[in-house]
Amino acid sequence: MAESLRPDTTQQLCDAIAAAAAGQTKLRLRAGGSKDAIGSPTPGVPVLDMRGFHGVVDYDPAELVLTVKFGTPLAEVEALLANEAQMLAFDPFDHGRLLGGSRGAATIGGVVAAGVSGPQRLSCGAARDHLLGFEAVSGGGEAFKAGSRVVKNVTGFDLSKVVAGSWGRLIALTQLTLRVVPRPPSRVTLVRRGLDPDAAVAAMARALGSPAGVAAAAHLPAWQGSPATLFRLDGFPESVTARADTLGKVIGAGPLDSLRDDAGDALWDDIRDAVLLPLDRPLWRIVVAPGKATAVVAALDAVDWMFDWGGGLVWAVTAAGADAVRAAADAAGGHATLVRADAETRTAIPAFHPPLPGVADLEASVRRAFDPAGVFDNGRF
Amino acid sequence: MTLTMPTADPAVLARRSEIVAALRTIVPGEGVIEHPDGLKPYETDGLTAYRQPPMVAVLPETTAQVAAVIRWCWDNDVRIVPRGAGTSLSGGALPLEDGVLLGLSKLNRILEVDYVDRVVVAQPGVTNLAITRAVEADGFYYAPDPSSQIACTIGGNVAENAGGVHCLKYGLTTNNVLGVEFVTAAGDVLRLGGRGLEPPGFDLLGLVVGSEGLLGIVTEVTVRILPKPESVRALLIGFASVEDAGRCVAAIIAAGIIPAGMEMMDRPAVQAAEAFVHAGYPLDVEALLIVELDGPATECTFLVDRVEEIARANGAASVRASTSDQERNLFWAGRKAAFPAAGRLSPDYYCMDGTIPRRRLPDVLGRIRALSDSYGLGVINVFHAGDGNLHPLILYDANQPGQLEQAESFGADILKICVEVGGVLTGEHGVGVEKRDLMPVMFSAADLDQQKRLKCAFDPKLLLNPGKMIPELHRCAELGRMHVHGNELPFPDLPRF
Repeated sequence: MAESLRPDTTQQLCDAIAAAAAGQTKLRLRAGGSKDAIGSPTPGVPVLDMRGFHGVVDYDPAELVLTVKFGTPLAEVEALLANEAQMLAFDPFDHGRLLGGSRGAATIGGVVAAGVSGPQRLSCGAARDHLLGFEAVSGGGEAFKAGSRVVKNVTGFDLSKVVAGSWGRLIALTQLTLRVVPRPPSRVTLVRRGLDPDAAVAAMARALGSPAGVAAAAHLPAWQGSPATLFRLDGFPESVTARADTLGKVIGAGPLDSLRDDAGDALWDDIRDAVLLPLDRPLWRIVVAPGKATAVVAALDAVDWMFDWGGGLVWAVTAAGADAVRAAADAAGGHATLVRADAETRTAIPAFHPPLPGVADLEASVRRAFDPAGVFDNGRF
Repeated sequence: MTLTMPTADPAVLARRSEIVAALRTIVPGEGVIEHPDGLKPYETDGLTAYRQPPMVAVLPETTAQVAAVIRWCWDNDVRIVPRGAGTSLSGGALPLEDGVLLGLSKLNRILEVDYVDRVVVAQPGVTNLAITRAVEADGFYYAPDPSSQIACTIGGNVAENAGGVHCLKYGLTTNNVLGVEFVTAAGDVLRLGGRGLEPPGFDLLGLVVGSEGLLGIVTEVTVRILPKPESVRALLIGFASVEDAGRCVAAIIAAGIIPAGMEMMDRPAVQAAEAFVHAGYPLDVEALLIVELDGPATECTFLVDRVEEIARANGAASVRASTSDQERNLFWAGRKAAFPAAGRLSPDYYCMDGTIPRRRLPDVLGRIRALSDSYGLGVINVFHAGDGNLHPLILYDANQPGQLEQAESFGADILKICVEVGGVLTGEHGVGVEKRDLMPVMFSAADLDQQKRLKCAFDPKLLLNPGKMIPELHRCAELGRMHVHGNELPFPDLPRF
């Protein structure tokens, strides 16, 4: 493994990055390493270990705001919030199980930097929607901040958006301020069996266009032996009961099966972690307009798949080549990310969907604005 | 007026007729305006203290025309100021003497409504309210609802990241836009985002929303629409003290309730609004809270009862829950009329827009009142209490020498307090010209340099809306090399593994 630097202070981080910039060398940002197996391997690139930035800076439940250092374990943050009956609305998750290992390594900074959002993202927004502000060091080794600690803020460019999901390619985040939300007091998962993919997408669209207030919607083509279209409702118990009634009427054809509490939560965890799909072929994450979800899977050979986000997210395990997957995503106006594959495949195939030519130029300019020497352009993506 | 705008370039002013002729080859007929009478309506926006007619105004009707105008300006080093409906409260559309005013009001069609993907695709000149009007018969609406929604355009909403009373629960514009067609400073047409929930690559869309026309011009917007809630109810809650009202707001949030809207008015605002619209507001209260709840009828009933309990536990002097939409609209009528009500109290008023942490409300309100006394200018306060967004309305008379300057100074003092207590200069109105020179109150030189580098990445010639948002940026080359320190150390002194 390549050399690893572990700064404990912002000044040390500035020095490390400035030295790399001056020396024309590269750095790879890493905290828990839960997503090491995404992107091309980068042997020989020194790792900048961000776990020295650890701990909660400020948590004010009444303000619904949390400020935390980058390398704080996600599990620690979630436990802290759960104690106050709150949570991160964007449903972040640890990639451990998805990548064939175990949970526990993911950090709050890592999930925000990678824009990791689970099934609730459909109704509650993504990491980018909940990152209110941050402190960071640029690729030039300069410490700066952006955003704020309040939810409603339009002061200056909204750098939080482009930083969330940038996968460590722009800046080294040191501290994040996140919006948190109350944890719903109750949840229920409702199931409609037997719908084909088109009917499932149509049913999810009807549900999401209804006042039932669906929090998450997914479709599994073969769950415990038959297709299952799943809806998650949450809120006050009285409200969930009323919403379930509304949803049943919108979906039609009789009452929906219901999974209570633990069984429902476990199933959504499995959907979020994509563990219901086989491990034997590359795993792709394809974001599309929901109306195009079925066209994407129809275009792929030897595919096992499921829909999340009401059809807006297609998880596909397929033997089809990267060109075929990306062509299917393009045809649907979407984009495909290679999430899991062996190192050889990941070396040959870029993880991210290639940008359109004009957008690529703009992306390059934006990268130079944050990282003029290309310190973080280390070949991983 | 103490505002300094970028110095007009005499060489550009001297080429005015050539520029007008060139624009006429791109946008024929009445789409190019050069006569002073025709330019008059464009000389200011919602921040009327500042006025400057543009050199010429151009009103294209297609994306191709927008792109051609921008490309011509790029090739000829001519500055551009974009404009939607001109409702900006921060001077975001204030023209430049040597600039082309690029009005997008003729791009005013809704292009597509899709209920499977739950999106509306609209041109930038479509009004905010028109989007909801286009889908409400089918049970949908567009959530962000700035108070100018009858007039303001979706393109302007994107530029300013517009908010509204419901963003506590449903987010700002940035949380509701999925994609844009975007013309760069050089006139290239790009697509950022699409109809999916996440854009590919870097989230440039997220940067463009709220960029105040400094990064490019949006020519098409795809927004997410939401199903209309089954029922909506509101409570009108009076308090004998601002502290009680503040505690009630915190207690509602602490109970796990995120209301669709939560608005507060102080005593002078309540008195002014009641005298104007007769909404039935209690006049013996120091603070009045409107809490709106939406969802299934069962949920609304449950939450209305919960909020009423919480209000009484926090010393509410009076509580009324709406029992009909008519009554709920009456509760809102006073709040929505706060601005015109201020207009009845005073010849002029100046609306501020800072955000603070919710818990600082009583303290900040006290300091605003103290400033009001020391400046000798009245102030009425309305807040989006749920998200801590303050709208103090400073009352003044522009015909009294020095009062405008006093009002501006008072406003700046309020914004400095907002930053001091952990808040921000602007919650939803934008920086524009109004708060540009206050940016260093909130940001260090390094913070601002990073913002400037981003501006230069999109617009290296600084032709798009210069003089707005960013203080003191004359040329991108001035930014120079990023400050690199410690380069005498081949390897820094770090723990190694």
